[in-house]
Amino acid sequence: MVKVLLWGTLRSAADGQAEVEVAARTFKELLDELAARYPGLEPQIKRGVSLALDGKIYREAWFTEIGPDSEVVLMPYMTGG
Amino acid sequence: MALDAYQKREFKQVGTRPNRPDGVDKVTGRAMYGADATAPGMLHAKVLRSPHAHARIVAIDTSAAEALPGVKAIVTAADFGVPEDAFLLDVQDHCMAREKALYDGHAVAAVAATSLAAAKAALNLIKVDYEVLPHVTDVDEAMKPGAPVVQAGRAFENVPAGMSENVTHHCEFGHGDLDAGFAKADHIIERSFRTAATHQGYIEPNACLASVTSDGRADLWVCTQGQFFYRTLCAAILGMEASQLRVTASEIGGGFGGKTMVYMEPVALALSKKAGRPVKLVLTRDEVFRATGPTVSSSMDVKIGMTKDGRITAAQARLRYSGGAFHCGTVDFGAQAAFAAYDLEAVQTLGWNAMTNRPKESAYRAPGAPLSIYAVESVVDELCQHFGLDPLAVRLKNAADKGTKSSYGPTFDQIGLKATLEAAKAHPHYAAPLGPNQGRGLSCGFWFNFGGNTCVSLSVNTDGTVGVTEGNPDIGGSRASISLMAAEELGIPYDKIRTIVADTSSLGYNDVTDGSRVTFAVGLATIKAARDAVQKMCSRAAKIWGIDEDAVEWVDGAAVPAGPNAGKFPPMTLAEIAAVSAETGGPICGHHEVNADGAGVSFGVHLCDIEVDPETGATKVLRYTVFQDAGKAVHPSYVEGQMQGGAVQGIGWALNEEYIYGADGKLQNPGFLDYRIPVASDLPMIDTVILEIPNPGHPYGVRGVGETGIVPPLAAISNAVSRAVGVRMTELPMSPPKLLKAIEAKG
Amino acid sequence: MKTIQVSTTINGDPAEFICTPDETLLDVLRNRLGLTGSKEGCGTGDCGACSVTVNGRLVCSCLVLGAEAEGAEISTIEGMAEGETLHPLQRAFIEHAALQCGVCTPGILVAAKSLLEKNPDPTDEELRYWLAGNLCRCTGYDKIIRAVQVAAAEMRGA
Repeated sequence: MVKVLLWGTLRSAADGQAEVEVAARTFKELLDELAARYPGLEPQIKRGVSLALDGKIYREAWFTEIGPDSEVVLMPYMTGG
Repeated sequence: MALDAYQKREFKQVGTRPNRPDGVDKVTGRAMYGADATAPGMLHAKVLRSPHAHARIVAIDTSAAEALPGVKAIVTAADFGVPEDAFLLDVQDHCMAREKALYDGHAVAAVAATSLAAAKAALNLIKVDYEVLPHVTDVDEAMKPGAPVVQAGRAFENVPAGMSENVTHHCEFGHGDLDAGFAKADHIIERSFRTAATHQGYIEPNACLASVTSDGRADLWVCTQGQFFYRTLCAAILGMEASQLRVTASEIGGGFGGKTMVYMEPVALALSKKAGRPVKLVLTRDEVFRATGPTVSSSMDVKIGMTKDGRITAAQARLRYSGGAFHCGTVDFGAQAAFAAYDLEAVQTLGWNAMTNRPKESAYRAPGAPLSIYAVESVVDELCQHFGLDPLAVRLKNAADKGTKSSYGPTFDQIGLKATLEAAKAHPHYAAPLGPNQGRGLSCGFWFNFGGNTCVSLSVNTDGTVGVTEGNPDIGGSRASISLMAAEELGIPYDKIRTIVADTSSLGYNDVTDGSRVTFAVGLATIKAARDAVQKMCSRAAKIWGIDEDAVEWVDGAAVPAGPNAGKFPPMTLAEIAAVSAETGGPICGHHEVNADGAGVSFGVHLCDIEVDPETGATKVLRYTVFQDAGKAVHPSYVEGQMQGGAVQGIGWALNEEYIYGADGKLQNPGFLDYRIPVASDLPMIDTVILEIPNPGHPYGVRGVGETGIVPPLAAISNAVSRAVGVRMTELPMSPPKLLKAIEAKG
Repeated sequence: MKTIQVSTTINGDPAEFICTPDETLLDVLRNRLGLTGSKEGCGTGDCGACSVTVNGRLVCSCLVLGAEAEGAEISTIEGMAEGETLHPLQRAFIEHAALQCGVCTPGILVAAKSLLEKNPDPTDEELRYWLAGNLCRCTGYDKIIRAVQVAAAEMRGA
């Protein structure tokens, strides 16, 4: 199981939890699992999210592997100027 | 270790300062920008814009304009479809108003004619019947229940019930127990801040040349930060296939985020399609201000608690941003970045976006971050004053470091914040004496940076030179940096390499030049494309020598046998291998495609001295020093250039730049005379101190440097001014009348 | 609108063009003569990207009418280098990284050259005030000031 930290606004879609546990080995599995378990997260996932894995920010990258002890943080989709 | 991870090495070329490849063209006037191209049979286009801040478009009558000699095409929203995708619909609506004009300057029709004079005359003949609606341009007003609704039904699911329909977005970040944290504080300061919208202020107005032919093919020449993204948007809006639309990026006369979005390019294409001729559309400066680019405006509350020895115990920010008449998520970045510089046990940031009757926000260097960090750094400074503590020491005491759980969630890896703070502390600037009416201010700054989709092709020419083809418009000297990295990797001189920016038909998709991504991500792809070519060259040498491919390695620009067992052969240089490439298997090229990650966040610290004239309220910047972590500075002159340019844009934001709206909702200052960007006589030299703390996610340790530099100046200047005049300033810009008022109120 | 025929000298060479009475010198240079090195950043004389000299005087060509060029000597960025040899200012701008996007560069070079012809040894402050009418959004002016001073010293033979 992987612990995923949700940002504040998403917590209401995940029964108020700041951190949820999902079974996933990759980002793709993680996003699919999150959307399936917490349908309220789906609109945001569809609009786009970034994922920070052990402090490193990924914007897409479905196949990035997640270790069981990895720190995973969901973030809004990054852009810039 | 992953191939793209940082490996310590001695650089031979990276870190030097060769001349830029586009230099001669740019100093002789030969460089071709957006407005510099022409085409046979070209028409000139002009856009008719709403004179109202908010109005229903009841009817548009173009018949008289169509009858004018020389007029070849007129388009309105009726010439476009209605995209299903909400983002795309916003982009299109911003280019051409559909049912309502949503801001002063919103396009309602466009004309293509044989001369600019005819196009202008035609605009006067278009009759638009408007039903003027109540408007709102201020973010706090827009959030009040009962405010005029800019667009209905646009709120995301995350907006709490009961708010004005203008509120489209809400976000919350943070961790820890705020109440417990504030209870531990010896003093708490809570302040409200406001900042005006500003414009990127690129000197080259947006310009394009569109040509759609009757067989459905199209070409677009345009000044843009991202030709591929422009293709995506234009093709979708025009209902074209991507392969049929070739977008070529001209030299770009400044962007800073403002040229990451289409404004009139789909309109030019629609006109060209309708007229059956090429169409050139160049915006005036007035149009640039009224209908492109601006940043969000903001209204913010920040509350921070501190112990008397300078430890922050809890911190909270409430950010209300407005990105104009469309949905805007920039507050997410402001909220995430607000407290990034601090190691905090309890922190919370809340953000809202509210629509107003103003043009659609576009990114501007570290979008969203300068505002929230301005508010936070102002309160930190005031707490330092309250306790009589040294503001640098307090920041060092609370600074985020490797292992800090950041205020936006992830745990930081190697970051350069403490090193930049230490560098500032050790710098003679920090100890220099100040005179009367003078003040010193400092601020930390932060930006995330990212990598993104990148594709690079590298070809080894038979004469031993190399071409690098990349897809990101060069806005700050990136062709030089990319050539340097290719030269380093290949082991050949910089001037043997020519790097060009390709059109959309010549290369795979590249994300926009934004997010400080180009030197990092295109650099990474270039290094890997070079390694791909090196591998092929080693293979050719192995064949020539009749030894195993694995027994050849690349040293200083030549293939050599790897170790004594591989055989004794003299090195074969790149030029020697290239010269016989036809005989050994054909052309030698290297490629790399990647969606790059691991950009590495960027921190900076700015230190400034100012003097306020108590008679006029005018602020003079006396001394300014930028400290920033560049990872590895590939071309230090252009790294300095980013730091200096960003700092001065931030100085402008702090002191003078603002969108001023009248009670009628019209922009009062759409020109460089009244929207005053810094000029040479306003400024001192901008000193720079580059720190090089390698980014673990790049083979050379490179970190993006383009955006962070605009973040600290707002608070650095405000803190300096507040200390000089003895009044805490809480509104930007601190233009002379506002500052004078604050000084007089103090008495 | 009736057009006007104009005879003038541009970068030392005779030039003839026709223009309408309301057409600016900048439009004539860019649209009729193909001299697109002068840029239009504002069209109101605020940014200096269109700087040229008319009879030795520095002007914003967006504020001069094409018809006013009759009999005048006009110098633009296209005439600054002598063949392949760059003017010291042009060389200094490249060598000292005094340009980024480059769109203000032609105007700044023309303006700086005009200053150095009058005052070969300006202080930084004199230089900053002379260039105050030429907006640059990329560089923060630091490297521009340094590059002009390097070129000025070279031109003085210092």
